[in-house]
Amino acid sequence: MKIVVPFKSVADPNDATVAGAAASAPKSLINPFDEIAIEEALRIRERGDAAEIVGVTIGAPAVDEQIRAALAMGVDRAIRIDDSRALDPYAVARILRALIEKETPHVVIMGKQAVDDDSNQVGQMLAALLHWPQATFVSKIEFLENKRRARCTRETDGGLEVVAIELPAIITTDLRLNEPRYVSLPGLMRARRKPIEILTCDELRVAVRPLTTVLSIASPPKRAAGTRVDSVEELIAKLKQEAKVL
Amino acid sequence: MVETLVLIEHDRHCVKRPSLHGITLARQLGGEYALLVLGQGLDEIAASLVSYGASAVVVADDPALTEPLADRYATVIAEAARKRDSRTVLGTSSTFSKDVLPRAAALLDVPMVTDVLAIEEKNGSTSYRRPVNAGSMLATVKLETDRRVLTARATAFEAPAADAAACPIERFEFDVASLPNGMEFISRDQRISGRPDLTEAAVVVCGGRPLKDKETFERLVGGLADGLGGAVGATRAAVDAGMAPNDYQVGQTGKVIAPQLYIGIGISGAIQHLAGIKDSRVIVAINKDPDAPIFQVATIGDLHQIVPQFIDALRRG
Ligand SMILES: Cc1cc2nc3c(=O)[nH]c(=O)nc-3n(C[C@@H](O)[C@H](O)[C@H](O)COP(=O)(O)OP(=O)(O)OC[C@H]3O[C@@H](n4cnc5c(N)ncnc54)[C@H](O)[C@@H]3O)c2cc1C
Ligand SMILES: Cc1cc2nc3c(=O)[nH]c(=O)nc-3n(C[C@H](O)[C@H](O)[C@H](O)COP(=O)(O)OP(=O)(O)OC[C@H]3O[C@@H](n4cnc5c(N)ncnc54)[C@H](O)[C@@H]3O)c2cc1C
Repeated sequence: MKIVVPFKSVADPNDATVAGAAASAPKSLINPFDEIAIEEALRIRERGDAAEIVGVTIGAPAVDEQIRAALAMGVDRAIRIDDSRALDPYAVARILRALIEKETPHVVIMGKQAVDDDSNQVGQMLAALLHWPQATFVSKIEFLENKRRARCTRETDGGLEVVAIELPAIITTDLRLNEPRYVSLPGLMRARRKPIEILTCDELRVAVRPLTTVLSIASPPKRAAGTRVDSVEELIAKLKQEAKVL
Repeated sequence: MVETLVLIEHDRHCVKRPSLHGITLARQLGGEYALLVLGQGLDEIAASLVSYGASAVVVADDPALTEPLADRYATVIAEAARKRDSRTVLGTSSTFSKDVLPRAAALLDVPMVTDVLAIEEKNGSTSYRRPVNAGSMLATVKLETDRRVLTARATAFEAPAADAAACPIERFEFDVASLPNGMEFISRDQRISGRPDLTEAAVVVCGGRPLKDKETFERLVGGLADGLGGAVGATRAAVDAGMAPNDYQVGQTGKVIAPQLYIGIGISGAIQHLAGIKDSRVIVAINKDPDAPIFQVATIGDLHQIVPQFIDALRRG
């Protein structure tokens, strides 16, 4: 089985400069949900169900550091589709479709959302474009019937749901699918020798134009600072008399 | 036509109330709007929707739609939008709408905006405000196309009034034989809770990592929620540790809530959690760390002492 894992480089959400409207460029990392997708692909390969894992990211040369990190985790080879435009999810999905049609994997595992733009769209759009089944927000994957189908547990607003999907398919990850491994030093050494292929949209024969423009980004209004109370009695009194919520 | 098609979510018995908030966004967009429901055996659900001022309640009712499988649902939604020539398809943010609507958007060949908080019309073009980076920033975006798919944050739009004259209920006919067949529903865990729904409750009590185990969590967080007639939520840390089920998770990648009163017990206030509670009217924190970032009204102290006192005080009235 061959697995493709698309991953995005995002600004570290714990970097104060992100929340504070950056002066300097914040540190980047692999989108945490994509890291979970990579980890799942590695575990599938480790139990003998996959022969090859291909990582793919769309971005400028600056994302090479995250590509090295994916290779160091254990991805076999990586592709960067060179595009430094601000792409919207539909553009990302259309570019990924061209790549998936070229690579013909049995399954694509990717994050349910990128923690910077929080769109939660690309996987579902990609599945539509390929006319493939999808299982989103997945916390457990098992392959059935000689890997013709996958049984996926999904985290939904109403609790856990189980679906069986025919492969090839798109699976998007939720937090509890696994806990990604740390990159090891030997992994980093090996990563240096692994190939990174660079492709362009022209080479993939996709011409996409983002249909979304970000006009502005601003901080939300701040809440007034809080007060402290010393006892449960005082808390209840405040909630009753001042906030009037009890 | 300048019609908006509003996807309404239900649990087979009732309409999910937060999904009605999308109607308020449809009203702000202007023009007519129709409500779309998919499933099987929808007569009662459709009948409950006729007074929301829509031009019609459009019903796709078929055994093939018994379970909300994304490939089939997206196909039917896209087909309905195409046949009706709807300019906008919108839903209220939930795991259901986030599963099916991006798929429908791609089938319709249109872009989508997730989690719309507000819209603004200027010089004939619409811009959308939405949270990014776990809600620590607000982005204003614009689309290059007239046609669009949107999801509305339920907490940012009021519930609509249901006081209009009854509209017609229309059956949407589609070709069942041509629906995709690659997904099969297996099961869903059915948990009956006597507590109010997390996304609808006026009071929500959330618990975090130091609650330690399921029993303590239920006794303290559940006990306080029951004393206040509220719902129970949890942080990712509490869900990961098995103290609470996944659908209790509140935050950037869980549920977004805006109750009148939120009480966080043993919760530090990571941005990913705050993303889901920011718009609560009153935020109360019970934490032993006076520097924990989460509080408006905070009681500093050990939750194992404070919470039982709180529950007791409520019992005494
Ligand atoms: C400051 C700023 C300005 C921006 N300006 C614009 C703008 O002007 N126009 C515009 O259209 N967009 C703009 N964007 C947003 C754009 O860059 C988004 O990253 C893009 O729309 C994808 O959305 P998402 O990451 O939220 O997708 P999601 O749907 O949340 O992503 C889900 C999954 O898709 C995959 N994926 C997403 N992106 C990639 C990628 N690049 N490579 C490989 N896999 C990927 C990953 O597996 C990810 O887990 C801007 C963003 C920022 C922060
Ligand atoms: C991609 C991603 C997505 C995420 N999405 C979410 C999400 O949707 N929702 C979410 O909640 N988190 C999410 N997280 C996790 C988030 O970053 C935090 O790790 C998490 O919210 C912390 O949970 P907590 O507050 O329960 O635990 P902690 O941060 O460990 O805080 C525990 C608090 O309890 C206090 N405390 C300890 N003992 C006591 C006591 N006896 N009495 C009183 N107070 C005490 C401590 O002072 C501390 O402030 C996400 C993380 C990532 C990387």
